[in-house]
Amino acid sequence: MRPRISELAWRNLVHDKVRLLVTVTGVVFAVVLIVVQLGLFLGFTTTTSGLIDHSRADLWIMTSRVPYIEMGVPFSERKLSTVLATPGVAHATKYIVRFSQWQRRDGQQESVQVVGFDPEQRLGGPWNVVEGRIGDLKLADNVFVDELYKEKLGVSRVGDVFEIRGRRARVAGFTRGIRSFTTSPYVFTSFKSAQDYATVPEDQTVFILATLDPSARVADVRRALLTNVRDIDVVTTGEFSRMTRVYWMFTTGAGVAVLLAALLGLVVGVVVVAQTIYATTMDHLREYGTLKAMGATNGYLYRVIIQQAIISALFGYTLAMAVSWFVVRGSVKGGAAILLPLPMAIGMLGLTIVMCTGAALVSINKVTRLDPATVFKG
Amino acid sequence: MDAIIQANGLTKTYAQGEAAMRALDQVTLDVRQGELMLLVGPSGSGKTTLLSILGCILRPTSGTLRVMGHEVTRMAERDLPAIRRERIGFIFQAFNLFPTLTAAQNVALALDLKGISGRAAHTRAAALLEQVGLASKLDAYPADLSGGQKQRVAIARALAGDPPVILADEPTAALDSHSGRAVMDLLKTLAHDRGRAVAIVTHDNRMLGYADRTVRMEDGRIVADTRRESGFGIQDLAEGAVA
Repeated sequence: MRPRISELAWRNLVHDKVRLLVTVTGVVFAVVLIVVQLGLFLGFTTTTSGLIDHSRADLWIMTSRVPYIEMGVPFSERKLSTVLATPGVAHATKYIVRFSQWQRRDGQQESVQVVGFDPEQRLGGPWNVVEGRIGDLKLADNVFVDELYKEKLGVSRVGDVFEIRGRRARVAGFTRGIRSFTTSPYVFTSFKSAQDYATVPEDQTVFILATLDPSARVADVRRALLTNVRDIDVVTTGEFSRMTRVYWMFTTGAGVAVLLAALLGLVVGVVVVAQTIYATTMDHLREYGTLKAMGATNGYLYRVIIQQAIISALFGYTLAMAVSWFVVRGSVKGGAAILLPLPMAIGMLGLTIVMCTGAALVSINKVTRLDPATVFKG
Repeated sequence: MDAIIQANGLTKTYAQGEAAMRALDQVTLDVRQGELMLLVGPSGSGKTTLLSILGCILRPTSGTLRVMGHEVTRMAERDLPAIRRERIGFIFQAFNLFPTLTAAQNVALALDLKGISGRAAHTRAAALLEQVGLASKLDAYPADLSGGQKQRVAIARALAGDPPVILADEPTAALDSHSGRAVMDLLKTLAHDRGRAVAIVTHDNRMLGYADRTVRMEDGRIVADTRRESGFGIQDLAEGAVA
């Protein structure tokens, strides 16, 4: 590649700083729009299966045909002993996820999802604990809630006491960033307390979480469990996570709406970028025509235009990522998580370059079909 | 003098709705080495279309065009840029300099197209600008140059590929009379002293005195082709030419 081409592309861009600003602003707008929409989709998707993904369990045992985590149906906890006796199972514990009612001090009722787990084994317990210790949940009636929902639940500090379905609940600690996809916040407590809060009969559980021996094969253990334990389904954490995500994202239509918004963001972004890059190319149309008259090949012109597009893409992407970083940080304390994982950030770089070069290709078509009269007329 | 460009029966037709507009009609012409030829005629007479075809930018609808013996009308589209790059230098009415590049870089860009870059290109660009009297303006941007200076940069750029043919479209139209004369002097020198074939489209009657040959066009046809033969006055070359 000849350096002169880069120099021409670079100088064409930076010569008109207002035009460059408009182009880069267009790219920034498009990239931020796409990042926010995709980040929201990713945030929603991740949120729906957050409990499962952080459970540290290998297998989830539940009644047959449970489509997603919120739809677990209580079953006899005596199956736990059979599970524990199955070869390959290292640990197993009872687990509850059930909707219940939280009563604020002002009497207002809020729907919550009670998460009951064994604080000793910690499978399925809270993560990102910022105040209190998980061990505190061994005490009856102690609960953890997330900082995000303090206001919703009327909680101000550790030690505040409320009622869940008429039973005492004392806030013993806080987590950070554990969102619920439904509008009902998670309330972590011991399995025993959860049975009371969620009216699960004493001899029943909603799930059994199991971890496997390192040497055990998942398929073998699952087959053994299905043989040994009646009327249950056994799914891996990954499978259950996918089932839950698919249900919330696609079966309910919630995710489709977010995904469509993301696609709309992509389309709007592409159009904005295409328009700005196209306008930039049109601004230099006479120069491209001159180059063509001077004997520049189409390949030479393509390189100039595409390099300009890539330079615009890199400028725009860098600024957009800075803006997105603030948006993502701002969302941490907001109602909806916007996620921007590294692979997505790298993917966005590729997408930005593709968008800009794609937009440039539209204008290249114009350049290659230049009317010679535009070259010769003053 | 040898004919560097030979056009035979050139016709160019543009579609206009269901009708067709004939911009050039059976134009036969040669452009000779060491000759400064003016193409004159009213607007819409086909001068620029003819210049575009002679410059291998536009293809004729019919007819043949030979540049230094090569019939370019039969060449593939992808081969034409090389002809323009190697054999033809263009000069435009509006100069068409790159505003983002200095005078030297504008000239060097033309060299880059030929694969000459870096120090060699800069040295050659400086020499060309010196030839057109702009040795002190190497690092000046077009915006900082007068019209005459810009056109001289454009001439230096046109010469960068050392082409045997120079095609100019209204090169003095945007210049005052003093600058216009300076540019025409330069073009005349290129034709007479350097042996270039120079074809110029112009409306500027003040430039007629520079012509070795004047081709007048109307309605896409050549209606007069007169050559000033040294010592023999003006000679009509075209059949049925209007004096």
